[in-house]
This record gives sequence, structure tokens and C-alpha cells, in this order.
Amino acid sequence: MSEAEFPLWEVFVRSKQGLDHKHCGSLHAADAQMALRMARDVYTRRMEGVSIWVVPSVAITASLAEEQSTDFDPMADKIYRHPTFYELPDEVKNM
Amino acid sequence: MYTQALDLSQATTDNASDHEANDRFEALIAADRKIEPQDWMPPAYRKTLVRQISQHAHSEVVGMLPEGNWVTRAPSLRRKAILLAKIQDEGGHGLYLYAAAETLGTSRDQMVDALLAGRAKYSSIFNYPTLKWADIGAIGWLVDGAAIMNQVPLCRCSYGPYARAMIRICKEESFHQRQGFDLMLSLCRGTPKQKAMAQDALNRWWWPVVMMFGPSDSASINSAQTMKWGIKRISNDALRQKFIDATVPQIELLGLALPDAELRWNAQTGHYDHGPIDWSELDRVIAGHGPCNRERLAARVNAHENGAWVREAALAHARKQSARAVGVAA
Repeated sequence: MSEAEFPLWEVFVRSKQGLDHKHCGSLHAADAQMALRMARDVYTRRMEGVSIWVVPSVAITASLAEEQSTDFDPMADKIYRHPTFYELPDEVKNM
Repeated sequence: MYTQALDLSQATTDNASDHEANDRFEALIAADRKIEPQDWMPPAYRKTLVRQISQHAHSEVVGMLPEGNWVTRAPSLRRKAILLAKIQDEGGHGLYLYAAAETLGTSRDQMVDALLAGRAKYSSIFNYPTLKWADIGAIGWLVDGAAIMNQVPLCRCSYGPYARAMIRICKEESFHQRQGFDLMLSLCRGTPKQKAMAQDALNRWWWPVVMMFGPSDSASINSAQTMKWGIKRISNDALRQKFIDATVPQIELLGLALPDAELRWNAQTGHYDHGPIDWSELDRVIAGHGPCNRERLAARVNAHENGAWVREAALAHARKQSARAVGVAA
């Protein structure tokens, strides 16, 4: 009973003007227009969005789980990137 | 609850690198952290999740059928719109769950084929018929109520995609229960005939709903493993008791008679005692001999076969459009 499957699409929704599109799920659809219509039907039934992006899942490249520590651990000891690292005299205003 | 007939195969691995990966997996579980699709997981963990999540998805989709039965006969436009909205939600929930299952390496085709061939199970409750309009109220109030009780702890399940799907589902599910109770309230405050219809629905749905929570803990061989893996968080009996304790006051509020003569508050335990559950009925329904098993499966098979031309047309259209685009570009 197998037949050619609809490709998989990732859905991103902007909940309101001014915010980013956020990933909210995926769905199978034959093409981009169908994906958009279905994304609206499935992911915005309760006014969760004002704008939708659909992206073929194959277009997404992801970082590897095994490389998580080599990729991200180096950030942990670079605390000088945060404003709180710098203690300034109280007299300094507007900083 | 959606996994009343789980069976696990205990796979063993002797590969050294798998031991390291297994340690990482155990550490994540012990720290109550999430396992994501790219993480290594024991084959048995993957297998049990594919089974549980896909059966949960099948339950949502099959669950649309008993309610669909009354869409054309809803007594008012308001009730019809509400019922349609609920059924739409169930379809969406099926999608979230199929999507979560697909991250584990199975395909939509494989899962649907298993359902239509009768190899995959879905929640036993959907094998019962909706005989009267009041059944729609009873289902929203009791069946969705029981589902919520099961699904809230699943929001903390160790497998990330499943937990996230459950969070989304729980947000939508609470209206399902409230509209059902609202419907029952209308009937119970209506004519004597309407109230009698509500009572009849409660009487017929009570025990099947109580059985939704699965076999008794002592009879549930798989609970220990799924609890160890952070998939199951609360035992069948504990969830069942929680549901009964929450629901009896609701029955009394509706002014309906208790559907079980042995339901009684036990001041010592702080819970409601209840009568014995007829487990043979659950076994029969799971084995395929419930009132509507054949009808449900036939409806799904028909929908799939009769809808094939739509799927083929959509794919043909998509191919034609992209071929045209290439033609234009060239």
C-alpha cells in the first residue's frame, strides 16, 4: 500500500508583528502552496500567527549532537562578552 | 493509556562505542534531561517510543470517527461549530504525534499501513459507539478528561519531540473537556428526557473510560521499564484513581446517579473506593472484539483508498508545476 510520500516541510510562525518567526512543527505536503495552506490550518487555529514560513526539511542543515561540546563549550569561559563582567564606579551614568 | 498492549524486546549491545553512548543516554535520563532525535538511544527505547507515539497518533485520528458521527445531527449551530472545532483539533493532534514518531526513523506510510492492516493498536475507548447526542458530552467530559490526566505527565516525558507535542496538545485539550461538561450541564438542566439521556450516556461510558488507563499495575509488565526510561511518569492505577477522585464530584454536580454502586468516599485513604473492573472486556476490545473495531478500521481503510486520487493529483500537480518552472528558467 506504499505510494510516493509527500515531502516534509518545517513550519515557522511569526506570532505578531515585530517578533521573529519561530519553529512550531512540521507537516507533509505535495508542494509549497499546499504546505502553506495546511500550516495555516494546523498551526494557527487559535490566532497563533500573522505570518508563516514553510521550508523543505531537506533544506535544513543541523549541527551534530556528538559535536555539541566542541561546538559550544568554548563560549562558557568567555564571560568578558557579557556586560556584567565589567564593574564600573557608581558615578558613571548611562552605561 | 494509549499503550495498553505494549510489548518490548530487550535488545542487548556488546559494541564498545555503544557502551559509551549508552552511558551518555543513562546520564541524560538520570539528570531528567531530554533525549533528542540525533542522540543515541537503546534500540528498545526507540522501539517502544515508535509504538507508543504512533498508537497515540492513530488514537487521535480514529477518535475523530465516533464524534464525526454526530456532526450532521448536532442540535444547534453553536454545538455543531464546537464539535467541528474539536474534531479539527484531533486531526491536528494526530499530525503532531505522527511528526514526533517520524523523528525516530519510521515513516508516515509505515505507520498508516500498520494501522490499516490491523497490526497497530489505538486506544480501546474509540471502539465504542456514539448512540445518542449525550454521548458527545460524555466523551468530551470523560474521555478527554481521562486523556488530559494521562497527557499532563507525558509533557515531562524524556523524549523531546514527544514531550513538546504533548505540551501543544494539552493547551488545546482543555476546551475539549469543558465543552463536553457544558453539554452535559445543558442536558441535566433541561427536560427529564434530556437528563435521562445524559444519565444513560454516563452509564455506558463510565467503565470503558476507567479502563482507558490500562491494566492494573500488578498486571502491567511494561510499566517498570517505561518508568525507568522516563517515558511513563505515573502508574496506571495512580492515574485511574486520580481521575475517579476528580470526576465523582463532577457527577454529583450534574445531579446524575453514580454509574458504579460501589463508588464511595473512603475517609481513611482519602480516595474513592470503586467496584471491580471487568478486565475481560478490555482484553476483548483490545483483541479486536469490541462493538466498533471492524467499523472503525473499515472507515479508515475507505478514507485512505477513496482519498488516493486526491494524493496522486496533488503530487502530479506539484511535479507539473516544478517542471514548468524549470522549463521557463531554461
